Amino acid sequence: MNEPLLRDLVPAAIGVIVRRGADFAAAEDAVQDALVEAVRVWPDDPPRDPKGWLVTVAWRKFLDAARADTSRRHREARVEREPMPGPGEEADDTLRLYFLCAHPSLTPASAVALTLRAVGGLTTRQIAQAYLVPEATMAQRISRAKRTVAGVRFNQPGNVATVLRVLYLVFNEGYSGDVDLAAEAIRLTRQLAAKTLHEEAAGLLALMLLHHARRPARTGADGRLVPLAEQARGLWNTRLIAEGVDVLQTALARDRLGEFQAQAAIAALHADARTAEETDWAQIVEWYDELVRLTDNPVARLNRAVAVGEAEGPLAGLAALAGLDPALPRHAAAAAYFHERAGDPVAAARLYAQAARSAPNLPERDHLTRQAARLNAPLRG
Amino acid sequence: MAKYLLLKHYRGGPAPAVDWAPMDRWTPDEVDAHVQFMRDFAARLEETGEFVDTQALAPDGAFVRYAGEGRPPVTDGPFVETKDLIAGWYIVDVESWDRAVQLAGELSAAPGPGGKPIYEWLEVRPFLAASPTVTE
Repeated sequence: MNEPLLRDLVPAAIGVIVRRGADFAAAEDAVQDALVEAVRVWPDDPPRDPKGWLVTVAWRKFLDAARADTSRRHREARVEREPMPGPGEEADDTLRLYFLCAHPSLTPASAVALTLRAVGGLTTRQIAQAYLVPEATMAQRISRAKRTVAGVRFNQPGNVATVLRVLYLVFNEGYSGDVDLAAEAIRLTRQLAAKTLHEEAAGLLALMLLHHARRPARTGADGRLVPLAEQARGLWNTRLIAEGVDVLQTALARDRLGEFQAQAAIAALHADARTAEETDWAQIVEWYDELVRLTDNPVARLNRAVAVGEAEGPLAGLAALAGLDPALPRHAAAAAYFHERAGDPVAAARLYAQAARSAPNLPERDHLTRQAARLNAPLRG
Repeated sequence: MAKYLLLKHYRGGPAPAVDWAPMDRWTPDEVDAHVQFMRDFAARLEETGEFVDTQALAPDGAFVRYAGEGRPPVTDGPFVETKDLIAGWYIVDVESWDRAVQLAGELSAAPGPGGKPIYEWLEVRPFLAASPTVTE
């Protein structure tokens, strides 16, 4: 049985249970219980209508839980009197679930955890493993998140932008344990993009596909980080690139630009270059101009400065960097890179060593240390 | 089995056996060999069923303490130039103190400049265990 396909059914199933009168937290628990049973039963006895099966079992689980709890008897009576809703609201159900799990009252970490469980159908244990925290911690985070959104009415319209930010966070977390969060983020964004015409949902999907396509080339066999310019481009996944470009072009054609579309356009230009030298840096600078205009984000400004240096030479790059806060992440690394290209290995080595000290992760730190070492070696004589 | 913390002090600890240069002064091959040694060490511990955790720490950060009712905490630092810097740790679950010491000795022999062991001082500290169910 295909587990991601099974998990595709989760948000719609929760939606149906909620519309039949269950509160969100109880519906979510019931569908999780039904999932556990599906994993046990389906391999030997696959249902003809998987979603119908999941809803029926989840509804039974919900009623069992409600009956077991005497304080819920009144609610149960009310539920059974209410008419069953008709079909046709399915797409909206899934969408509403995305909105609820990314509700602005939640912290980003809670929204991420709740989305992975209620929309993604992952178990608490899987989510805990992916984020390297104890299972009890993740269970608490999820139940607190459920309590936070308990008062939110399920049929409220939501903001796609908040959902996209949550999915972007999941994608950027990468992968550890047995759950590939990047792949999971793509699955959820694909599902979202299919249910909304929001062009930024398509933009984010394109961005994820284009970055995911480069993943096989991003890490060497020994786990070391391979920078974009040195990646073996033959390892890039051309199917994902083609899909990403296609999704992006459709979104751009609607002429409502947003930050994810702009970032995806930059990723597409990199994907388009057969060698690092063929990269169209001038056009990339233009896209960064758009990105800075859209977000006024200091990281976008830093990346723009790097693109300027690639397009117009290291001195232009250094001049662009000079206008930015040197405390910005990766400022020292970018300055080191341009100092070396401008013929100043001493300054470059010093800056690479400085950049290594403030690197945000181990592969990046090792990479920057190696750069400093490479420049220091001949200087040492 | 008992758990031990193998604390890496970078160039700190008692008087150094070898006063090696910081890593950005090594050759790239020497850096690679060192990084690979650390990975292999963790992989070996997993194979023997003794691995619990390994983490590296960024050198930034600060000392923080309570500043009194209604006041924001006091911070001091960061002290990035200090030589005794906790750079990270391994946690192992092993049969004995002797085994923990043996492993720390192996870790201390990580290669440095010229491929020679850096003789790093590792601080080995036993974890206080949970109290046993049977006490008599």
